[in-house]
Amino acid sequence: MRAFYRYLGRNVSLVVGAGLLLFLIAFVVIGHFVVDVEDARALSVRPLQPPSWRYPFGTDRQGRDLLAVMVAGTPMTLRIGFIAGILGVGIGTVLAFVAAYYRGWVDTIIRGIADIGLTVPGLLVLIIIAVGIRGGLSVNQMALVVASLAWLHPTRTIRAQVLSLRERGYVEIARMSGMSGPAIIFFELMPNLLPYLAATLVNAVSSAILASIGLEVLGLGPIDAPTLGMTLYWVNFNAAMINGWWWWWMAPTVIIVLVFLGLFFVTVGLDEIANPRLRKSA
Amino acid sequence: MSAPLLEALHVTKRYGAMTALSDLSMTIDAGRPAITAVVGESGSGKTTLARIILGLTPPSAGQVLYKGRDLARLSGEQRWEFRRDVQAVFQDPYEVYNPFYRVDHVLTTPVKKFGLAANRADARAMIEGALRAVGLRPEEILGRFPHQLSGGQRQRIMVARAVLMKPKLIVADEPVSMVDASLRATILGSLRKLTDEMGISIIYITHDLATAYQVSDNILVMYRACVAEAGEVERVVKHPQHPYTRLLISSIPKVSIARDWLEDDGEQKVTALPGPDGCRFVERCPVAMAKCANTLPPLYRTEAHRAAACFQFETSPELAAGALTEVLVRG
Amino acid sequence: MSAILEVDGLRVEFEHPLGAVKAVDDVSFSLLANERLGLAGESGSGKSTMALAILRMIKPPGRIVGGRVVLDGVELSALDHEGMRKLRLAGIAMVPQGSMNSLNPVMRIKAQIADALADHGVRLSAADLDTRIAALLRTVGLRPEVASLYPHELSGGMKQRACIAIAICLRPKVIIADEPTSALDVVVQRQVMETLARVQRELACAIILVGHDMGLMAQFVDRLGVMYAGRLVEVAPIGEIITRPRHPYTKALISSLPSLEARGTMQGLPGLAPLLRDLPPGCAFHPRCTQAEDRCRSEKPAVRAVGPGQQAACHFA
Repeated sequence: MRAFYRYLGRNVSLVVGAGLLLFLIAFVVIGHFVVDVEDARALSVRPLQPPSWRYPFGTDRQGRDLLAVMVAGTPMTLRIGFIAGILGVGIGTVLAFVAAYYRGWVDTIIRGIADIGLTVPGLLVLIIIAVGIRGGLSVNQMALVVASLAWLHPTRTIRAQVLSLRERGYVEIARMSGMSGPAIIFFELMPNLLPYLAATLVNAVSSAILASIGLEVLGLGPIDAPTLGMTLYWVNFNAAMINGWWWWWMAPTVIIVLVFLGLFFVTVGLDEIANPRLRKSA
Repeated sequence: MSAPLLEALHVTKRYGAMTALSDLSMTIDAGRPAITAVVGESGSGKTTLARIILGLTPPSAGQVLYKGRDLARLSGEQRWEFRRDVQAVFQDPYEVYNPFYRVDHVLTTPVKKFGLAANRADARAMIEGALRAVGLRPEEILGRFPHQLSGGQRQRIMVARAVLMKPKLIVADEPVSMVDASLRATILGSLRKLTDEMGISIIYITHDLATAYQVSDNILVMYRACVAEAGEVERVVKHPQHPYTRLLISSIPKVSIARDWLEDDGEQKVTALPGPDGCRFVERCPVAMAKCANTLPPLYRTEAHRAAACFQFETSPELAAGALTEVLVRG
Repeated sequence: MSAILEVDGLRVEFEHPLGAVKAVDDVSFSLLANERLGLAGESGSGKSTMALAILRMIKPPGRIVGGRVVLDGVELSALDHEGMRKLRLAGIAMVPQGSMNSLNPVMRIKAQIADALADHGVRLSAADLDTRIAALLRTVGLRPEVASLYPHELSGGMKQRACIAIAICLRPKVIIADEPTSALDVVVQRQVMETLARVQRELACAIILVGHDMGLMAQFVDRLGVMYAGRLVEVAPIGEIITRPRHPYTKALISSLPSLEARGTMQGLPGLAPLLRDLPPGCAFHPRCTQAEDRCRSEKPAVRAVGPGQQAACHFA
């Protein structure tokens, strides 16, 4: 255990990143006790109030308490990111392992689809899908839409890692000890890839959140949900910047920056674990 | 008369334009346990030979037969039998361990997969016995992670693993080259014990002629994908016949007071350029003849337990393909 | 002949969370002007660290914590950064382990040699440079055409000889060769060692050969130092080491070597070399020593003279 803490002392990035994310979680949890989440709906409070003791984040034009919006919306945005990220990396991992271990035509097909998918502009595809779904999107549907493309990049990168691990001496020894293909994938290759998979997951979550915010800012997100992206959509729609309602765009922006910074630092920290060469010596 | 354990028939391996192994035929018989060294420099084909025999690389031409059946076409059950009979020890004691697991993993996996023990207690006893057989103390080894052990210990564990399965043949590819000099004797001694006491045949692949001489019964000297000389090790090393074997032996610096090593020849004189079908050694051969550049010399049986692939010996009878084993001695 | 290099009480330590590791522990020896000194030892003995320490190329977490190195009267620890940099290659050069794989793959050989010369302020016209490089290549037995080749176009032995050419381009007084032939085939190895011998004759310099191949040492060096667990446990003329080794480790090492004379004569040395951060008390070798007695477990033997030109660190030598 002490070794763990000592390591954390050296892996500053991981600590900072995890700290930021924990802070946001605390913000949301405590926020739920401090603020009435119902005030995140439109027409709840006096509109266009600058920050004050009563409304620490101010209110927007439609009468939403921005603090409540942040408290209610942050977990939604995070949820989209995590669902999409986990689905994406989950599917990507399976496809990557199968392609890299068995090679041959399986590899060619999977790789081909991923490559084609990667060359198509992702946001464009997401827009088309989002527009195509009639009746607006719910938060969970949003997650699935983003997930549909989230597996492409992880498949390629994880495949590359597996390809290199596959040649290791211990894989040959395992084969000579009578282990079957799937057993080798699961018991020999997978454990060594866990740090890399973790880093890829955080990366995927980050991308997914970005993609979902992108869609929401364009107005293609769940229109009634107080997510961070939708808040920015309303900021744009009401020309909040030009009108000088700085508190309206400041709140979501700060939270988004914190989210991405947190995820970024965690990624860097995990990268260091995954690639021992990045570790600072002693 | 059952089929021999392994038979390589006219095995050739090409990587693109380069030939790694050229028309090699040999037989390994389970009933004649011996240690056969395959000695050569890099590019000689010795590692390729090991991988083909172990079924890790398919040959470009020719076949390898396991108990009379083509290695490439074994059924699942037959492949399982093959894995039980033929095992390997590799060169690198670092790469062969999965850093995620303790070293017990490489020992327990074959026990489980091949059903070598009836229960946990038996398995543990077997593993401890194998470790002791190679001079390790189980209490110092089991439960440790690979990075906690030295290269020598790790290599000995690999030998123990091979012992565990009581195979009929162990292919050891440079098993001691990454191990300290003082430890080599111990590991090679364990290998010798395996042959003498447990009747396991060993193919010992190395570039180090001296250790090959110390521990083997037979030797195959390879040069650029072909067998240059083969036979009983004492004869080949003390009275080398093939010019390459002579060159190899004289190039080894000996631990003696006589300092004649550096005084021997200087630049390699290019005597003739090889044609595509000529003897591979003709460029550096001090006794090359006109026909050596264009014709590949076959193996001539020069003594009861010796064969050399050199036209100097063309008065001796040619060795039939597949008869290479006849020049090798029993252990 | 006077000593061209004197190492006195050199100590190198590496910081480690579990305690400082003594990689080189109080090593002293001298190198005569035209001598070939071998430094033999197995992995973890400290020999490569020592070679780097002489050149003051130890990087953190390691550092030199004591001792002096004197090259031709100049005390190296008194030099500053720039002074030491000028001395490297010009006064004392190293052919590091695996150097043949460290040649810049995108530069021709002549450019790499020219680089080394330019770094030390040698300004020559293009024609003079070519002549000098051709002469250098000839010294190491390479054809002048090799100058325009890239490293990947050379064989292993040729690459290693190119590295030797770089090492001698400023005519240093001492060359340290760390395992120069370990990755090479035995036939090529002889050519490279012949090159090294020829280079030594032409430059009249001293050579320190670091390695673990005792056969190579036997045939090449004049004197041999044997290192174990960071200490120099024996130094003697090579003939003496082979016929009458004094330290038990040297004795065991010699008898563990495979000879081509008679089979079945290899004798293993039981036990393991100790981890440098976990050395046994007293003599570091005592757990594996057949002659160990109580004294060895508590008292670390000092290096003392045991014969003409022979030193050993053993209570019973």
